[in-house]
Amino acid sequence: MNQFQYVRPAETSGAIKSVALDANAHFLAGGTNLVDLMKMGIVTPERLVDINNLPLKKIENIQGHLRIGALVTNTQVAENKFVKENFPLLSMAINAGASPQLRNMATTGGNLLQRTRCPYFFDTTMPCNKRVPGSGCGALEGYNRMHAIFGASDKCIAVNPSDMNVALTALNAFVHVSGPKAARTIPFADFHRLPGDHPEQDTTLQKNELITSIDIPTAPFSKNVHYLKVRDRSSYAFALVSAAVALHIENNTIKDVRLAMGGVAHKPWRLTATETFLKGKTVSEDTFKQAAQIAMEGAKAYEHNKFKLKLAPNTLIQALKTASGLTV
Amino acid sequence: MSSKKPCTPPDSDGVPNKTRRDFLKKSSFLTAAAFVPVTVVNAAVNQWDEKLASVFEKTSLHLEVNGVPLNLSVEPRTTLLDLLREQLNLTGTKKGCDRGQCGACTVHADGLRINSCLSLAVTNEGKKITTIEGLSKGQELHPMQEAFIKHDGFQCGYCTPGQIMSAVALIKEGHAGSEMEIREFMSGNICRCGAYPNIVNAIQEVKKGGLS
Repeated sequence: MNQFQYVRPAETSGAIKSVALDANAHFLAGGTNLVDLMKMGIVTPERLVDINNLPLKKIENIQGHLRIGALVTNTQVAENKFVKENFPLLSMAINAGASPQLRNMATTGGNLLQRTRCPYFFDTTMPCNKRVPGSGCGALEGYNRMHAIFGASDKCIAVNPSDMNVALTALNAFVHVSGPKAARTIPFADFHRLPGDHPEQDTTLQKNELITSIDIPTAPFSKNVHYLKVRDRSSYAFALVSAAVALHIENNTIKDVRLAMGGVAHKPWRLTATETFLKGKTVSEDTFKQAAQIAMEGAKAYEHNKFKLKLAPNTLIQALKTASGLTV
Repeated sequence: MSSKKPCTPPDSDGVPNKTRRDFLKKSSFLTAAAFVPVTVVNAAVNQWDEKLASVFEKTSLHLEVNGVPLNLSVEPRTTLLDLLREQLNLTGTKKGCDRGQCGACTVHADGLRINSCLSLAVTNEGKKITTIEGLSKGQELHPMQEAFIKHDGFQCGYCTPGQIMSAVALIKEGHAGSEMEIREFMSGNICRCGAYPNIVNAIQEVKKGGLS
């Protein structure tokens, strides 16, 4: 690991000021991703601004929103009584990711900024436009079993690795950020980017901006929800495909629905057209199968991930069935 | 037992001073430009500036490790795992993957299980760290250690300290309700020998006995 300066400010404004002083400075929160990337020589900061002393550690209810501070750990969110009762989808998604040890360290803000797990991004001897812009994409014609089937570009076919992000996009969350200029709020769907010509940019977060909290608006998704993650082993592995389903069902009719998928795109993949189709429909397996067909429109596979074209709709159907109570 | 020393961040307002390293870099450059003696050129080639600077850039760290308060001086890039093993000679905590993928390095920080390989030591200022060496009371093993021996919860033993630290935390977290739950919440600890059934048995016995 390269040497770096280490500072531990106590105020958010001081942290932003400190990170802005150096073009190659990084915020450090839980460290579960950044320290790993530093060991691999993928990120080589001149300065680390440790934000763990900042007052961003509360979960609170504010005017119809649940506000989760950026430094609340993944475990604290997943185990929070209010979250479990009102947003069980979020708890399920978080617990589907990583391990208890990592969830004790990883923070809410940090989880949003997880880098991809594409092996070509991690291998510094291989080309990767995300790691070294302009160097090419090793995955495009390489071993691309884990890669995207939606929204990829000829510059990058990597996927976002987070489970929490899939639930948060389904729950219409908002991301609050502070920076050298004014604080601003970013709708979750606009926070992560598709790769396009700039896969080095995972998000729309500007340089020196710091995530301070995440808001989740109150929603009637306390009961018929499910997060289904399909992976190579039964736990502690990244998703091949995952599906977040939140349904509001009255008299067997779908009053409201939110759907998102993970492991399929450069960002958590919201299925708005499928949601529109399902609204007002009666719960049935046949309806869910039609919904999954709509969800797969525009999907494009590469040499080794063609199985995702079947696995993704099947995962969505199964998650819809479980959430609606058609199967346990 | 008091490690509750005031937190002494290296720079409380978050804005670093120009570092000694910057100064040393510039000063040796000036010296080299003025005299260009072979020794100085060698110093630059061998990055002695960097090495010398690192001595000055150590950060103070107050930790309580297994009940012992410690005042330490560490390089910021030192992980908690390397601090425990290399500086404190507590080699019970194992380095497996060193990337947060195997759990061999699991320790408790303020009672929570973490991967010490992904935790920079300096970020643990003021915390109480418990390692496998801190579980027993003198010669009396922790019930989880006893149970691992009784149920043969290991073969080669390399993952065992991490498994036991994780298992002790698991019961406190209330996630040892069923075999399925134990397996899910122990999934951060990989055992290449495949001692999982015996590990689950050991945990279930401790859970039933109310010992933790």
